[in-house]
Amino acid sequence: MRKILKRPGVQAFIASVICILLGLLIGYIVLLFINPKGASESIINVIKNFFTWKKPAKQLSQFGNTLSKTMPLILCSLSILFAYKVGLFNIGAAGQYIAGACASLYAALAWGWSWLPCMLFAMVAASLLGAITGFLKAYCNVNEVISGIMLNWIALYTSNTLLSNVKEVASPYTLYLDKVNPSALLPTLGLDGLFNGNDKVTLAVPLAIVVAVLIAVILSKTRFGYELKATGNNKNAAKYAGMAENRNIILTLMISGALAGLGASMLYQTGYMRWECTQSSVPGMGFNGIAAAFLGGLSPIGAIFSSFFIQHITDGGQYVNTNFYSSQISDVISSVIIYLCGFVLFIKLTMNRILSRKGAE
Amino acid sequence: MLLLIQYTLIFASVLLLVALGGCISEHSGIINLGLEGIMVVGALGGALVMRSLATTSALVMVLVAMLAAILSGMLYSSLLGVASIHFKADQTLVGTAMNLLATAAATVLVKAINTAANPDDHSSEIEYVAARKMFIVNINGFEFNWFMLVAIFAVVIVYFVLYKNRFGLRLMACGEHPQAAASVGINVYKMRWSGVLISGALGGLGGLCYILAGVSIWKFENGVAGFGFLALAVMIFGQWKPTRIAVAALLFGLFRALSNTYTGFPFLVSLNLPGNVYNMMPYIVCLIVLAFTSKASRAPKAEGIPYDKGSR
Repeated sequence: MRKILKRPGVQAFIASVICILLGLLIGYIVLLFINPKGASESIINVIKNFFTWKKPAKQLSQFGNTLSKTMPLILCSLSILFAYKVGLFNIGAAGQYIAGACASLYAALAWGWSWLPCMLFAMVAASLLGAITGFLKAYCNVNEVISGIMLNWIALYTSNTLLSNVKEVASPYTLYLDKVNPSALLPTLGLDGLFNGNDKVTLAVPLAIVVAVLIAVILSKTRFGYELKATGNNKNAAKYAGMAENRNIILTLMISGALAGLGASMLYQTGYMRWECTQSSVPGMGFNGIAAAFLGGLSPIGAIFSSFFIQHITDGGQYVNTNFYSSQISDVISSVIIYLCGFVLFIKLTMNRILSRKGAE
Repeated sequence: MLLLIQYTLIFASVLLLVALGGCISEHSGIINLGLEGIMVVGALGGALVMRSLATTSALVMVLVAMLAAILSGMLYSSLLGVASIHFKADQTLVGTAMNLLATAAATVLVKAINTAANPDDHSSEIEYVAARKMFIVNINGFEFNWFMLVAIFAVVIVYFVLYKNRFGLRLMACGEHPQAAASVGINVYKMRWSGVLISGALGGLGGLCYILAGVSIWKFENGVAGFGFLALAVMIFGQWKPTRIAVAALLFGLFRALSNTYTGFPFLVSLNLPGNVYNMMPYIVCLIVLAFTSKASRAPKAEGIPYDKGSR
């Protein structure tokens, strides 16, 4: 038993579960504080999400919705954790996600490209935005968090301006993808049949999982991944060992950006959402990616499960009793979880201390 | 033109207050990325007071609202203090979490309050028309806001506290080399806590100032639009020195003010740029400025590194 508990993977899992439980508890307390009457029911609905529905068919198609929104989140959390492993906090993933959304929608709606070129274009656009952050970090010593935040806002306003060219006349939303250019929709590969005909479940699902595995392999099994991690641990030591440290920083943020951009294409090219050209806040997907990355113990495989969980409770937010509460309670829960992830190091230390004390007896 | 000066001064006051908060926190060794969230909470505290306090005395209103903003900012900043001073948490992560939490929690709270007052009201807005008037003195069309004076005082006070005072010099020692500071008997934990709490107070004040800048109704779902981060950029541009921060704040305030007032300048209107360009302006200027000033950074040496008594 003690041997199992000493494994880092198991400890990371336990720490994440503790964070989740505490996060939910705090969410529950907030609900109780607002109105004690419906709190229990509402928090259970948040956890149940699509199971709140009675009919199995409805459950399946709602499950499909959650699943299709999980995929972009997985990509965003991969983007965050990939950069984090190299010692960079890529909060700019949110802006890179916007760049990806803008590129894929523009190519699809204005130029009539089909799905694959649109997807690749999204990755290119997003990685270029990442490259700016990387360049500023490597050559001008600009903190990547500050430049990332600035670029998030620049990307938002640029996208609003550009996508206004392909929006509906009467509304601030972009045109319907499935009406204007169905060839840009991601193929469903027959997966919609599994989810009661929900055609939002697409190629994105297997693709996201493949990418997660790929990132895991790159980070832990290749020389390239090792070089990146070495640069992250000590830039000067990496340079001394003959690694191109500035190139590595830029490359990392480009890959990180491409991942976020791919995530955006996975959401907007299902036709699930349209871009609102008057948006005045940065979409939360990139920020939720931070939550998912840390909750998953910064492991690409862990990110798959943590992303699903975060999306699950985010969607669950709509099932609270809106007579008293608002759906943002899920945002409260997930941000509390991110906050608690800051204590993971402490939790692990405590666990090890208890274990070694027992070992000494 | 008068309007441009007015907006420049008020936005500069916001940036100045928050950037000074960041400056003090970083001099103590803690990177406060949660300033954005602290601003939201400070604004919330102030707005709640402005809505519920029924007084006709402008002095009472101004003082009580400011006090509420300061206290709520300090209270919220203690989240950062606990995690980063005692539990050695990653300060970037905790700051980010605080920003997300502040907007979400403020939205939930304001909606709950609004819904409790009126079951059909699900908005996250707080209105403070009457209270806002008390903060403003109209001088020939120029809206003087008391916060402008507060900001000037803040620079002077922070300058004296940091450079002309035992407390400030000790605080800065903890940001440069905490172990050395500890070796001469300075309590690093206490100093870092003071740094975080002061930054919370200034951040909270800045948040209240921000929502009073141009409007008398605030939608808490929107947060404060990256102003906390702009303030951090002002701080970096100001090289962590109060007087230079003041100059930087004026520059950034000017660009932010342009996006509110560019329609009043025939020259700018004739350029026929989309409004979004002006919205982007402060952020673009910030990036360019940072690119040229970050190389010779005078950042406190030990900022962002959790204090470990045993290391040297």
